[in-house]
Amino acid sequence: MLEIRNLVVKIADEDKQILNGLNLTVNDGEVAAIMGPNGSGKSTLSYVIAGKEDYEVLDGEILLNGENVLEMEADQRAAAGIFLAFQYPLEIPGVATMTFLKAAMNAQRKARGEDELLTPDFIKQVNAAADKLGIAKDMLRRPLNVGFSGGEKKRMEILQMALLSPSMCILDETDSGLDIDALRIVAEGVNALRSKNRGFLVITHYQRLLDHIVPDTVHVMSQGKIVRTGGKELALELEKSGYASYGEAA
Amino acid sequence: MAAVQETIDQVKSIDVTEYKYGFVTELEVEKPAKGLTEDTVRYISARKNEPEWMLEWRLDAFRRWKTMTEPNWSRVNYPPIDYQDLYYYAAPKKGASPKSLDEVDPAILETYKKLGIPLREQEILAGVAPENRVAVDAVFDSVSVVTTFKKELAQAGVIFCSISEAIQEHPELVKKYLASVVPVTDNYFATLNSAVFTDGSFVYIPKGVRCPMELSTYFRINEQNTGQFERTLIIAEEGAYVSYLEGCTAPKRDENQLHAAVVELIALDDAEIKYSTVQNWFPGDAEGKGGIYNFVTKRGDCRGRNSKISWTQVETGSAITWKYPSCILRGDGSRGEFYSIAVSNGMQQVDSGTKMIHLGRNTTSKIIAKGIAAGKSDSTYRGMVSAHRKATGARNFTNCDSLLIGDQCGAHTIPYIEAKTATAVFEHEATTSKIGEDQMFYCQQRGLSEEEAVALIVNGFVKEVLQQLPMEFAVEAQKLITISLEGSVG
Amino acid sequence: MAIVTPLKTAAEQQLAQQYADAKAELPGGPAVRKLREDAFAGFEAKGLPHRRLESWRYTDLRALLREARPLATGPGRLDAARAKLAELALDATVVVLVDGAFVPELSSLEGLPEGLSVQTLADALVSGRDDLPRVLAGPSVAADDSGLMLNAALMRDGSFVEIAAGVALEKPIAIVRLFSGENEISVYGRSVVLIGDGAKATIIEVNACLGKAPQQLNVALVVEAGSETEVEHIRLVTDQSEGSVGVFSLLATVGAHAKFDSFALVCNAATVRQQHFVRYAGEHTEVGLRGINLLGGTEHSDVTLIVDHEVPHGTSRELFKSIIGGEGTGVFQGKVVVRQHAQKTDGSMKSNALLLNEGATMFNKPELEIFADDVVCGHGATVAQIDGEQLFYLMARGLPRPQAEALVLQAFAGEAAEFIADENVRALVMSEVEAWLAAREAASQVSTV
Repeated sequence: MLEIRNLVVKIADEDKQILNGLNLTVNDGEVAAIMGPNGSGKSTLSYVIAGKEDYEVLDGEILLNGENVLEMEADQRAAAGIFLAFQYPLEIPGVATMTFLKAAMNAQRKARGEDELLTPDFIKQVNAAADKLGIAKDMLRRPLNVGFSGGEKKRMEILQMALLSPSMCILDETDSGLDIDALRIVAEGVNALRSKNRGFLVITHYQRLLDHIVPDTVHVMSQGKIVRTGGKELALELEKSGYASYGEAA
Repeated sequence: MAAVQETIDQVKSIDVTEYKYGFVTELEVEKPAKGLTEDTVRYISARKNEPEWMLEWRLDAFRRWKTMTEPNWSRVNYPPIDYQDLYYYAAPKKGASPKSLDEVDPAILETYKKLGIPLREQEILAGVAPENRVAVDAVFDSVSVVTTFKKELAQAGVIFCSISEAIQEHPELVKKYLASVVPVTDNYFATLNSAVFTDGSFVYIPKGVRCPMELSTYFRINEQNTGQFERTLIIAEEGAYVSYLEGCTAPKRDENQLHAAVVELIALDDAEIKYSTVQNWFPGDAEGKGGIYNFVTKRGDCRGRNSKISWTQVETGSAITWKYPSCILRGDGSRGEFYSIAVSNGMQQVDSGTKMIHLGRNTTSKIIAKGIAAGKSDSTYRGMVSAHRKATGARNFTNCDSLLIGDQCGAHTIPYIEAKTATAVFEHEATTSKIGEDQMFYCQQRGLSEEEAVALIVNGFVKEVLQQLPMEFAVEAQKLITISLEGSVG
Repeated sequence: MAIVTPLKTAAEQQLAQQYADAKAELPGGPAVRKLREDAFAGFEAKGLPHRRLESWRYTDLRALLREARPLATGPGRLDAARAKLAELALDATVVVLVDGAFVPELSSLEGLPEGLSVQTLADALVSGRDDLPRVLAGPSVAADDSGLMLNAALMRDGSFVEIAAGVALEKPIAIVRLFSGENEISVYGRSVVLIGDGAKATIIEVNACLGKAPQQLNVALVVEAGSETEVEHIRLVTDQSEGSVGVFSLLATVGAHAKFDSFALVCNAATVRQQHFVRYAGEHTEVGLRGINLLGGTEHSDVTLIVDHEVPHGTSRELFKSIIGGEGTGVFQGKVVVRQHAQKTDGSMKSNALLLNEGATMFNKPELEIFADDVVCGHGATVAQIDGEQLFYLMARGLPRPQAEALVLQAFAGEAAEFIADENVRALVMSEVEAWLAAREAASQVSTV
C-alpha cells in the first residue's frame, strides 16, 4: 500500500514549488489513475516517489507498506518494491540490455537477502516475459534502449516491470508516443500483471489509456494537489469537459 | 529567400573585382613626422589636449612596449612591420575639432555619404521609425569627426562620445575603467595601442537604463602609411542594456596599413552588452598586395552577477586578421557568447576566435564560429574555453564549422578546452567540409545557377550567426559575404 | 630576434654526461653512431620538452624530470617478471625486455612461423643494414620532438621484428616491457616492426612496473606497414610505480589499401605521455587510434597525436575515453593534418572525458589543419560528469549507486575498446578496466560505510 501525506515538493536549487500538500492512497490490488492538465505536477510526483535527486521534499511523507521511503536512495526504494515506468526511458549506450536486466534483478534480490539468479534461470525468465510482450531476441542483445522505437522502449519498461515483480507500479504517461497497436500490447502487458498484492498508479493526460487499463479509482490533479477523486466514470467526464475548470494553462 | 535573391542581384550589379569602398578622399591633413618616439606620444597627447595623467599613462605604456617583442604564435605570415615607417596620427586640417556638422569638411561628409553612413540627423530621421534609429560616432583616421544623437541619448542618461572627449569630460569614468579589462601590457599590440591610441568611442549606460537606440561607430582609414589605433570603452551599469555596432572600411592602397585596436567592455550586475562588428577593411588585391593588418584586442568583462556579453562578428576584410573577442565570466551566473563568420578569399589570412574564461559559479558560454575559406586564403579558428577550480557548474557549447571552396586554401581549428572543475560540462564540435556536390546538384537541378547555389548554401551555412545581427546589418553582411566569395567558384 | 640560449637544467646536464659516458658502448655501426650524434645534438639544442612548446603544453617534461636517473644497464631480478608473465598468460610470440634488456629465457622465440623473424634491436643496430636510418626516423611530423631525439641517442635495446609479405600471423607478437622497479633507473628502448605487403599482424605492447622505485621511461615503437596490410596494435601502460614518468611513442607509416588500428589503455600509471605519429604513405588506407585512460590519485595521462594525411583517400578515426577521479589530470591533444593533395580525406576525432569529482582536470585540444578542400573532417570533445539521468534510471531499477556508476563507466570506456578486433586482447583490456572500476567501487563502498 502506498500512502502519501501532505507532500510539499520544490525543485532543488529553485524556488518553484510543484507539489502543494498532496494526499493520496493506493491500496494493494488497486489501479489508481491520476489525470490532470499539463504542468499540474504529475511527472514530478512519480519522480519524487521513485527518489530522483532533483527535488526537495519540504514537508509530508511517502509510506510504502507503512514504511517512510523518503530517506531511501532510489535503488533502495526499487528493492522495497517501487517501480517507475519512465515516460522517456533512458538510452544507455554500451550497456547490453541483458547485462542490465541481470544486474538489476540480482541487485534487488541481493538487497532482499535472496540468492543471485543462475544464468539459465535468468535467461528462461527473460525469454518467457519477452515472448508475452512480443519483444524480439535481437532487441535484448542491443544496448539498452539505444535506437529503440517509442513502442519498443515502452515494451521494454513493461518487461522490466514483469521481471522485477514490484509491489507498487507507477506508469508515467506510458501512452505517450504510442500508436494504437503498441498501446494495446503495452496495456495487455500491464493488465497481466494486475494482482491483489500489487498496486498501480497510472499517470496520464488522456483518457484513452484508461480504456485499456481500466482503473478502480480516478484522481484529478491540479496545481500540485489532488482536487477530485471518483470512479472510472470520472475519466470519461474529463474527456468530455476537459481540464478547463481545473486551470489548464492555455 | 528574398534576401538571397537580393544578394544575387547585388552581386550581379557590382564589378566584383572592385572593393566597393576603395576610393580615396583627398584632404589636407595634419600629421607629425613618421616614426614612433616619446615625442610622438607627447604630440598625440598634446593634439588631444590631454591632462597630464593621460600623458603619463601613455608614456608608461610606450616604455613597456619598447621592451616587448611581437608575438609569432598565430598562423599568419607577414613581412616585419617597420614601426618607424608609419604615421601615428593624421587629422583633417579643415574644421579640426568641429563643434557642429557645419564645421566638418564637406569632403568627409561626402565620404560617409558614399559609404552609406548618413551623419546628418535629419537625413537619418527621414523615413526611419524612432526605434530603428542608430546613433553614429564617425572616426576618420585618428579623430572622431562627429557623434550623432548625443542630445537625445543624454536625456536617457547615456553618454556616447569619442574617447578623446570622454577623457576631457568624464575623467573619473575613464580612470576607473580604462585598461581594467585589457591591461596595458596584455600583449604587444595592446601596449602599442595604449601608447598611441587616437580615437574611438566611449559609451556609458547608467544603472537600469536600456539604451533607447542602437549605437555605432564607423571607422575609416583614409591616409597613406597611417596606423589607426582605435580605443573603445563601453560600460553598462547594473541592469543596463546596450547594442553597439561597428563598421570599418579603408581605401585601396598598395601598401599595408595597420589597425591595432583595443576594445573593452564592462558589464555589471544584470547588465547586457551586445557588440556587433562588420569588418570590411581593404583585404588587399588578388596577389596579396596591400590591405589592412587588423591586430585587435577585444575583451569583455562580465563583472557583475547575471551579466551578459555577446560578440557577433562578420569578418570579410583585412589582409591579416588577428582577433579574439573574449569574455571573462567573473560574475556568478554570467553569460558570454561569440558568434562569428570569417570569410577569406584571395591571399587573406585570418587567425581569429575567442576565449571564454569561466571564473564565477554557474557561468555559461556559447561559441558559434563559421569559417569560409576560398582562393589562396588561410583561415584559423583559435579558441579557448577554460573553467577554473571555483567555476562550479560552468557550461559551454562550441560549434565551429569550416567550409572550403577550392583546393588552394586552408582551414584550421585549434581549440583549447580546459576543465579544472569536475562540475563543468563542455561540448565542442567542429567540422570541415566543402560545399556538398549533392547539395549543389540538387540546387542546380532545381534551376539555380552555380553562383546562386553557392550563395544559397553559404547563406544557410552562416545563418545562425547572421540571425544575431541587427536586421540592417544582417542584410549588409549577407551581401558582403557573397561579394567576398565572388570568383571563388568555377 | 634575440637568440635565447636556454639554461640547462640539472637533468639536461646529467643527460649530456650520461650520453658522453655511454656512447662508446651503445650498440650500432657508423651510420647508427652518426644518427645518435645528430639526435643528441638536436636534443641539446632544444633541451627537454617543456610547456612552452605547443605539443608539450600540458606535460612539462623539463619540470617533471628534476634529475636524470642512471641508465639501466641490464635486467634486474627475473622472478617477479616471470610471475607477471604467468599472470598475463599471453597466447603470443613473446619478446620480454626487463629494464630495457632482452631476456631470452623469458621470451618464446622457438619455432617461429615461416615469414616471421625476430632479433634484438641491439643486433639489428650493429648489423649495418642500410634501411636503418629511414626506419628509425619514422614519420616526418615526429622529426622535431626532442623526447624522441633523446630516445634515438640513448636507445639500447628492444625487438626488431620482420614479417614477410603475404604472411598472416596466427598469434599476436607481444613486446613485454617489464621494469623491476628495484632501483631508480631510466630506460631508453625502441622496438621496430616491419610488415611486408599484404601481411596481417597483431602487436601487443605491455608496459608494467613490478616494484616500487620510480622509473624514467622513454620507449618507442616503430611500425612500417606495407600496402594491403592489416595491423592491430595494442598498448597497455599499467601499474607504473609512483613517481614514474613515462614517454611512450608510436611511429607508424602505413602503406596503401591498408588498415592500421591502434588502441592504448592507461591505468594505474603515474605520469604518462603517449605520442602517436602516423603517416599515410599510400592511398585508400584506414587508420584508427583509440584508447582508454583511467586516472585517479595524482596521475597524469597525456595523449598527443599527429595524424598526417599526406595522400588522398585516407580515413582516420580517433576515439579516446578518459575517466578521471582523484586529482588526476587528463590531456588529449589530437591533430589531424590534411595536406594540399590529400583530397577525399575522411577524418573524425573524438575525445570524451568524465570527471568523477572535484580536483579532476581535463585538457582537450582537438586540432584540424586542413589544406585540401574535398574533405570531410570533424572533431568533437566533451567534458562532463556521469549522466545523472542514466544513473537515476539504473538506481530506480534497484542497482546501488556504486554499481550503477561502474556500469555506466564501463559502458563509457567500452565504446573505445569495442573496436579491438582480437577477442582475447579485447577481453584482456576489458578485464583491466573492470578491475580498475571494481577497485574504485570497493573504495567508494568503504568510504560510505
